[in-house]
Amino acid sequence: GLRHTIREELRHSLIAEIEKKVIEAFEVFDHECNKTVDVREIGSVVRSLGCYPTEAELQELLAEVEEEEPTGYIHLEKFLPVMTRVLLERSYQPIPEDVLLHAFEALDENKCGYLTKEELVKYMTEEGEPFTQEEMEDMLSAALEPETNTVCYKDYITLMIVDDV
Amino acid sequence: KRKREPAPVHFALNNAAVLIQRWYRRYVARLEMRRRCTWRIFQSIEYACEQDQIKLHNFFSYLMDHFTPSSSKERDFISRMFVSGESFKEAELEKYCDYESMEVPDSYTGPHLSFPLLPDHATTLLEAFKRKQQLHARYVLNLLHETRKHLKQLPNISHVSTCYSEEVTVCGDLHGQLDDLFLIFYKNGLPSPSKSYVFNGDFVDRGKQSLEILIVLFTFLLVYPNEVHLNRGNHEDHMVNLRYGFSVHGRKILKMIQNVFCWLPLATLIDQKVLIIHGGISDTTDLDMLEKIQRHKFISVLRGKKRKESNRNVEIQEIIGESKADASAAEHDAASSPSPQPQPAQAPSMTNRLEFSKWVRQMVQEQIERCRQLVDSESEEEELTYSSFVSMTDLNAPCWTRQEEWKQILDILWSDPMPQEGCRENTVRGGGCYFGPDVTKKILEKYSLQFLIRSHECKQEGYEFCHSRKVLTIFSASNYYEIGSNRGAYVKLGPDLVPHFVQYQANKTAHTLTMTQRISRVEESAFRALREKLFAHTSALISAFKAYDKDGTGRITLSNWATAVESVLRLGLPWRMLRPQLAHSMADGMLEYKSWLEDLAMEQQSQEHIQSGLLEVIYRNRSNLETIFRIIDRDHSGLISFEEFHQTWKLFSSHMNIELTDDGINDLVRSIDFNKDGNIDFNEFLEAFQETEFNSDCQKASNWVPSLES
Repeated sequence: GLRHTIREELRHSLIAEIEKKVIEAFEVFDHECNKTVDVREIGSVVRSLGCYPTEAELQELLAEVEEEEPTGYIHLEKFLPVMTRVLLERSYQPIPEDVLLHAFEALDENKCGYLTKEELVKYMTEEGEPFTQEEMEDMLSAALEPETNTVCYKDYITLMIVDDV
Repeated sequence: KRKREPAPVHFALNNAAVLIQRWYRRYVARLEMRRRCTWRIFQSIEYACEQDQIKLHNFFSYLMDHFTPSSSKERDFISRMFVSGESFKEAELEKYCDYESMEVPDSYTGPHLSFPLLPDHATTLLEAFKRKQQLHARYVLNLLHETRKHLKQLPNISHVSTCYSEEVTVCGDLHGQLDDLFLIFYKNGLPSPSKSYVFNGDFVDRGKQSLEILIVLFTFLLVYPNEVHLNRGNHEDHMVNLRYGFSVHGRKILKMIQNVFCWLPLATLIDQKVLIIHGGISDTTDLDMLEKIQRHKFISVLRGKKRKESNRNVEIQEIIGESKADASAAEHDAASSPSPQPQPAQAPSMTNRLEFSKWVRQMVQEQIERCRQLVDSESEEEELTYSSFVSMTDLNAPCWTRQEEWKQILDILWSDPMPQEGCRENTVRGGGCYFGPDVTKKILEKYSLQFLIRSHECKQEGYEFCHSRKVLTIFSASNYYEIGSNRGAYVKLGPDLVPHFVQYQANKTAHTLTMTQRISRVEESAFRALREKLFAHTSALISAFKAYDKDGTGRITLSNWATAVESVLRLGLPWRMLRPQLAHSMADGMLEYKSWLEDLAMEQQSQEHIQSGLLEVIYRNRSNLETIFRIIDRDHSGLISFEEFHQTWKLFSSHMNIELTDDGINDLVRSIDFNKDGNIDFNEFLEAFQETEFNSDCQKASNWVPSLES
């Protein structure tokens, strides 16, 4: 009926909008201007579209968009429909501030409101999906208070949320 | 690698870690996106500026082709516009920029120069500039004179050999950033008999110390002529300088600089294996031609491509001039021209004035053509126009057209490499080509070269390879767009021709900031520039938005917003990515465009301030404006329409780097349409200024064509 038609219309325009967004993000990383992105940078494309996948989830996604014979490049042709579906289905939801806080609190065994440098490094580089050294250094450069060698995670979260438009 | 089933507590810890890591990686990716977008914003605005300049030029070229000046004043104006880069003869130049008669007062505490220059002069100069002192105009002019004399003896392509000096250091764009030059000298040492340097163009514009950079480079050039080599860049061009504000020095200095820039060599070759040019190459790059052309004839490389014999008209008017009515006098003129000529077809009857004038004009035109061909080789006089006659300078050499020569220079000064194969017009810059890896390969093979070094493009790390490491871009102006935007670099080559890079950043504060802070800061700057640009297109944006808002609700979807903005600004930016930092959307995902534009306007200077600034500018330029009006007013009615005025003003103001609302212009125009008939009687318009308070203040104000009193 009419309602169905209108819904379809809206869905189509929504999809069109999403597709434009995906193409834009893709093109920012398409350095050779030939509709391909280095497979190592696809994660950045996916994440800057507002998704928060784990590394494992990202690998699954890559498996869907890679060529039969992996070339090291991802083509827009394959990426577009998959990414559009991801955004439509709202997979890899963002992490709200309070959930993030709980995560840090879970690591804070003594419940003192901060983590020592050693603790943070241990968890981030040995647990979960471990950080590279570069990632660890980057996080510390903003999070660590040099006098005390600790990370007051509540302040850190606040800082990062503000910065992250 | 399978993990064993973790214990519950550990499970919770593991989950927490994954969550944090997941969140952090997303943050970093977003930062990377922001960084790239910021870069794109700066680049697209920069290149759009260059495009504007060229658009203005094409506009005037077009006018030139179709306009016949009707007064000596107008002829002067046109001459100044296009021939203002005239190449003086040595004696004339000396007379004009007579520095010897300039007195250096006792109160002057700056450095003194005497010629021939010695190494001590160079170091003294550096010290003086570090203390923020200035060099007296007399010494500047003297230096420029000597530099010109020196450059004249140099070939178009400098040859450097690594067997004489162990290493050659190549520096890229400096753009008036003296601190970077200081840093390079500090890290690498001053030029000396054992330390060779090549400076690859774009010494001036944008940065605040362009003149100082020129002084330093020219001084070292004269002190160590065998070790210091300068290549011309696209900014060593007075038409480009006009746009970017280098034209703030005295008229004499500016004139001298014009006559020095055109003598800068075009390229440098190291060991016959490494070619250094400022921009790049094209598939038609011909080093043999480049070596042989008379480079100094190309004072400005920024010209319209095809031009009719418009300057001919100027001469013809002179000859025909007042004696239009006197047919016999005109005939006499035609007959008494220097060279004999084949008999023209039967002259039309003198009773048909129009026909006769036309015929005479034609004859005279041919005469001038012939004279020019003969005179061309000897004369070093005013710059020649770009009609495509054959260069008669060397009868034994291949004959190239002026057009071909011009293209060679344009290509090496303005081209950019691209990843795709092929060679196409560089429409973004408006000059030169985009050249692909196949073009690089072809040219390298043709001349048995190993690789190219070029500059012209800002790179985040100060340098970048492309085309399988066959093309190296080196850029020496750090923090070019904004503090923290990029590093500068220089490259050293030894006899093995293996490049070694040194990077630096001239501002200390950049180091103490975190990655986030650095990116934020540069980003702020980029967005500020972008918002200014958006503001300047307010009227066009409103029209574009309204097309998506037929019901006049004042709101549009974010998607339509992005499409509309791109259609107006044409910067090729990822607007959907940028939108969150430019405009807030309502809860329903729509954007209230009217209030958004109002917010933008508030951020810029107040309307009032702009208005008075505009009036001031108009007043200062009224004689030029008058001329422009006459050019536009084809039917000589004394009236021009709003639209015509608007078009003219837009081009004019983009050249002047004034960003104004279309509304501002419209308001102004309406206020001077005294009889409200939609036309501007520009006589009335100009008279209106007689009564303004700007009268006395602006008496001494300068014109925008370089003619500032020193």
